[in-house]
Amino acid sequence: MKNLNKSTQKLLTTIGIIIVLYLVVTIMEATGNLSSLMGGLMVPVCAFSLVAVGLNLCVGYLGELSLGHAGFMCVGAFTSAFFSKVFMNTIPDVPRFILAFIIGTAMAALFGFLIAIPVLRLSGDYLAIVTLAFGEIIKNVINTLYVGIDGNGIHLSIKDMLSLGMEPGGQVIVNGAQGVTGTPRQSTFLISVILLIVVLILTYNFVHSRTGRAVQAIRDNQIAAETVGLPITKYKLIAFTLSAAIAGLGGVLFAHNISSLQATTNTFGYNMSIMILVYVVLGGIGNFRGSVIATAVLYLLPELLRGMQNYRMLIYSVVLIVLMLFNWAPGILKWREKHGFTAAAVTQKFGKKKKEVQ
Amino acid sequence: MGFLTYLINGLSLGSVYAIIALGYTMVYGIAKMLNFAHGDVIMIGAYLVFMTMTGSGMPVVVSIVISIICCTALGMLIEKVAYKPLRKATNLAVLITAIGVSYFLQNMALLIFGSNPISFTSVITWQGITLAGGQLKITGVTIITIITCLIIMVALMWFVKNTKPGQAMRAVSEDRDAATLMGINVNGTISLTFAIGSGLAAIAGALLCSSYPVLTPYTGSMPGIKAFTAAVFGGIGSIPGALIGGLLLGIIENLAKAYISSQLADAIVFAVLIIVLLVKPTGILGKQTKEKV
Repeated sequence: MKNLNKSTQKLLTTIGIIIVLYLVVTIMEATGNLSSLMGGLMVPVCAFSLVAVGLNLCVGYLGELSLGHAGFMCVGAFTSAFFSKVFMNTIPDVPRFILAFIIGTAMAALFGFLIAIPVLRLSGDYLAIVTLAFGEIIKNVINTLYVGIDGNGIHLSIKDMLSLGMEPGGQVIVNGAQGVTGTPRQSTFLISVILLIVVLILTYNFVHSRTGRAVQAIRDNQIAAETVGLPITKYKLIAFTLSAAIAGLGGVLFAHNISSLQATTNTFGYNMSIMILVYVVLGGIGNFRGSVIATAVLYLLPELLRGMQNYRMLIYSVVLIVLMLFNWAPGILKWREKHGFTAAAVTQKFGKKKKEVQ
Repeated sequence: MGFLTYLINGLSLGSVYAIIALGYTMVYGIAKMLNFAHGDVIMIGAYLVFMTMTGSGMPVVVSIVISIICCTALGMLIEKVAYKPLRKATNLAVLITAIGVSYFLQNMALLIFGSNPISFTSVITWQGITLAGGQLKITGVTIITIITCLIIMVALMWFVKNTKPGQAMRAVSEDRDAATLMGINVNGTISLTFAIGSGLAAIAGALLCSSYPVLTPYTGSMPGIKAFTAAVFGGIGSIPGALIGGLLLGIIENLAKAYISSQLADAIVFAVLIIVLLVKPTGILGKQTKEKV
């Protein structure tokens, strides 16, 4: 452990924490100490953790705020659910699930790439609002989409079920606002945890690769990065596409955990994008471990504190504002420096304590 | 006649967008930030009108004035508490805080007023006029909305051009540091901008809910985002731009609803935003600015 550099140690600790938590939950489930409600939340927690990691890559390393990540999640969820339902009886379970992951992620990556080409010409507020617009467009289009399949192939319509004009015996797969129902529920907690660990390793390696460093250089000073000859657009595209793909992966996991998949405002709309942003900000921008922990805590907490249900969102919004002020407001930063509340001062304190113990 | 009806309804909706867009465009022009919470101030304004008018039986004018005063205070409070400390911070921090404020207002309203939709009583009782032998009916709400919008536009343009505070606004939006050196109270000017924008939001809220009489805590967020689209469309920072952008967007939305698909109308409006930003990011009346080192 000692030979490894600090960030690798951090990654290994994160993976260790996830594995320990997984074991604890599994043992609790086996001994009957975990309510079925909590057990059912484990896969969504992992799915949203993935999306949060994806968004954190975009916000923390690319330095641009995307409000459309629920849209990428939506693309991943719907394409994979569609695929799984079409080939329900023709491909065996395991290869179909693997293919569903590949297709869902690839589709989200493709959408991310196509959206990034125009979007990355903008920056800051404009970029945020355009990603929001794209997310809403994706949600609205899926809500009006009817797709059916019969002997003649695939039928598409944006009006209603009847205008699909299908033969008797055909199957409607995407049913407008009712979405996709009857997707095989194949996401297990084990698969989710493995995926989460794989994605964490992947993002860690990406961030510390040559490409990742270039992305951070662009974030810190685009003009300087341009001056030293970095192809800005290329690196931004790579980071954004990867970020969208990870969100899509979370979507696939999510879709194969619920029997009825619908694109409402709360599942895949603007509200969800903001919810994920709350996870990212609370966990720490640019800190993947924090994103996972914040998602787990914020997702499970309301189930534990049922009485607080009404105040939950209000508290989240206050937390969001206070955290941003605490971490970014110049006046407050000065105050923190004066009174020793900076991250450096706190670690120094802890370091001293450790030495005293020794 | 169908087309004309859609066009007039579009103008009415567009006028509301234009009034909301004013709040976005002025704040963006002067404070250089996207005030995400603006849409939710509209919702608060509408609730206030509903409570004072339908709930306590006050006359329409009084209830609208109360709503305007409360929203103005709310806008200034938001600016003071959430945005002012972050004035020199990064763009991302301000944006996330603004989203937090928007979320806060929505959930506060949810707690106070509940999630049940309220059917809003129109603030305008006039039935309107009928033209072309009963074929073309224009409601009173439509006419009043369009007229209100035009009055506000003219008044605001006069204010910005001819008064001292208006000149200060233009100076701050041009160059904040230079304005400070000229002895302009920058913080006061930004506060005033928020006050005007939020006061207008209260009027927009009453007019919006008179045409579309369903009021929920989420009523404001969609029109808010669309009005921002309108502000970008017309050129951010420009008052006539907000009018043109708002009217065009309202017409596009209503025609899309009528002739393409009512469910896809929102998607089409957002597509307009994306196209405008890609083809002409400065909007119809916006000024080109170059990034300097």
